[in-house]
Amino acid sequence: MNDRLAVRKTYKLYVNGAFPRSESGRTYEVTDAKGHFLANAARASRKDARDAVVAARGAFAKWSAATAYNRGQVLYRVAEVMEGRHVQFCEEVAAGEGLSQSRARAAVDAAIDRWVWYAGWTDKLGAVLGGANPVAGPYFDFSLPEPTGVVAVLAPQRSSLLGLVSVLAPVLAGGNTAVVVTSHQRPLPAVTLGEVLATSDVPAGVVNLLTGDAGEIGPWLAEHDDVDAVDLTGAPAARALELERQAAGSIKRVVRPPAEEPDWAADPGLSRLTPFLETKTVWHPMGL
Amino acid sequence: MTSVLDPGALSAQAPPRPEPLAPFADVTRSDAAVRAFLHGLPGVDQVGAEARVAVLGSRSIKTTAKAWAIDTAISMVDLTTLEGADTPGKVRSLAAKARRPDPGDPTTPPVAAVCVYGDLASVAKQALEGTAIKVAAVATAFPSGRASRAVKLADVRDAVAGGADEIDMVIDRGAFLAGRHLDVYDEIVAVKEACGDAHLKVILETGELVTLDAVRRASWLAMLAGGDFIKTSTGKVSPAATLPVCLVMMEAVRDFRAVTGRQVGVKPAGGIRTTKDAVKHLVLVNEVAGPDWLSPDWFRFGASSLLNDLLLQRQKLRTGHYSGPDHVTID
Repeated sequence: MNDRLAVRKTYKLYVNGAFPRSESGRTYEVTDAKGHFLANAARASRKDARDAVVAARGAFAKWSAATAYNRGQVLYRVAEVMEGRHVQFCEEVAAGEGLSQSRARAAVDAAIDRWVWYAGWTDKLGAVLGGANPVAGPYFDFSLPEPTGVVAVLAPQRSSLLGLVSVLAPVLAGGNTAVVVTSHQRPLPAVTLGEVLATSDVPAGVVNLLTGDAGEIGPWLAEHDDVDAVDLTGAPAARALELERQAAGSIKRVVRPPAEEPDWAADPGLSRLTPFLETKTVWHPMGL
Repeated sequence: MTSVLDPGALSAQAPPRPEPLAPFADVTRSDAAVRAFLHGLPGVDQVGAEARVAVLGSRSIKTTAKAWAIDTAISMVDLTTLEGADTPGKVRSLAAKARRPDPGDPTTPPVAAVCVYGDLASVAKQALEGTAIKVAAVATAFPSGRASRAVKLADVRDAVAGGADEIDMVIDRGAFLAGRHLDVYDEIVAVKEACGDAHLKVILETGELVTLDAVRRASWLAMLAGGDFIKTSTGKVSPAATLPVCLVMMEAVRDFRAVTGRQVGVKPAGGIRTTKDAVKHLVLVNEVAGPDWLSPDWFRFGASSLLNDLLLQRQKLRTGHYSGPDHVTID
């Protein structure tokens, strides 16, 4: 019989490389798929979102200027640390999503593989999406993909780890910084991912994870003038149109929510990389 | 100007002491008397001061009160550029920002003054012609204050001749800390005289005075010598303006007016970067010295980046959504 006292967990947000409580002081109970209590999570407010955007903006200059090779190394290191937390991820995914151990393990494996896959993309984007353009004049003409900026991501509500990785990793691979609102009912894998990011080499502020309600925080991020793109994948279906309209006020890139949550195990191709890349074209005189 | 630097003129230049303020007629008679007076001031309870500002800083200022505080704070800003790389062009663009801080919203009030080095005062004056915005110039070998008195006075006269409405002088911290209080007093008196009609702000550089007791003494010394404003810092030394320092200075001007009837202004400068900081200062002014000081005539913020944060907060209140640094000017 184990009579050790349980260590009750109250998780916090991950903003600017630190783990603050919500400015509002609010928390909510996270339960497993059967409704049993798992832990308390911070319920982020609009001011937490504001602070996260400031952090992401501050981190953007350095992260976007890092060489593609370096970004790939840093992201690969994240996958390594995730691998070390494999058991913890499996437990959280199984409990939160109500999966069997073997299916949870498959989801975690796929998530880590997905992260490695995107880490490999950093130094290939230029060759695949850019290139030299033939032009009618004495110019070298190059097109290069560049990061869009600060991206607000409303993460998928159902797939708590594989879905989260599938929307977050491509944003980072392109050189953007991210403010992520995690799944509301299933935030624990995201909290653990925050701990992974804090102990890998990702600079503070590049990823900011807010646990809470996408319906509450989403509009503040969509309207925020200093957010350059918004991914509405995890937005409540009824609010999606309104969020798009709010995002239009500051001419953001918008990724529309799918009609229903896709099968994240499928090969994503470049579909989640290109929305957060801008093409810069340079004309250079050829000389003689 | 050269005549001031002429050694002959120097020796002839012991300025006549002005009539001291009635209750303090004897105080500035000798070095010993000044020291006795300043060290006779009650000591500052540092823990108490920190606790008081912590309590005042926790006040929640929202909605209409916040809107009022933001507009008041904007109208109190001394928009400052004190870099070695300053150019007339930079000063002109700063002046344009001072006139209309937010071009997208004409209801935004203009700032109180533009603060520049003395040689650029004339540029600022010209760029601000026809407005109520003042030109403030730093002088007296700013920021260190390490020059002979003749050079310092020449610096002041040059800035005044350039059109400065306000002179920000630095005290000789070396002399003050060494206990030569009368030297500091005489220097402020001489600078005040050289200012003519221009207002004199006396920079105490509290970061170098170390203790709050010294801040209280320096505040009284500057007020006795005729300073129109006492200012915390140059912005070149850290720590600059902190809330406990501001608290002690607000108490000093409050007590000074109670005794002499003369009101002196306060200008915290350096390190105030956010709207939250500015609002905390306004709360402090209201609670310690009283609402009489809540005007640009008696309270100023020496700042450059603060204005942008105030404008972002103002835009947030107006539009209902968060704004970003792309929507204000860089300098």
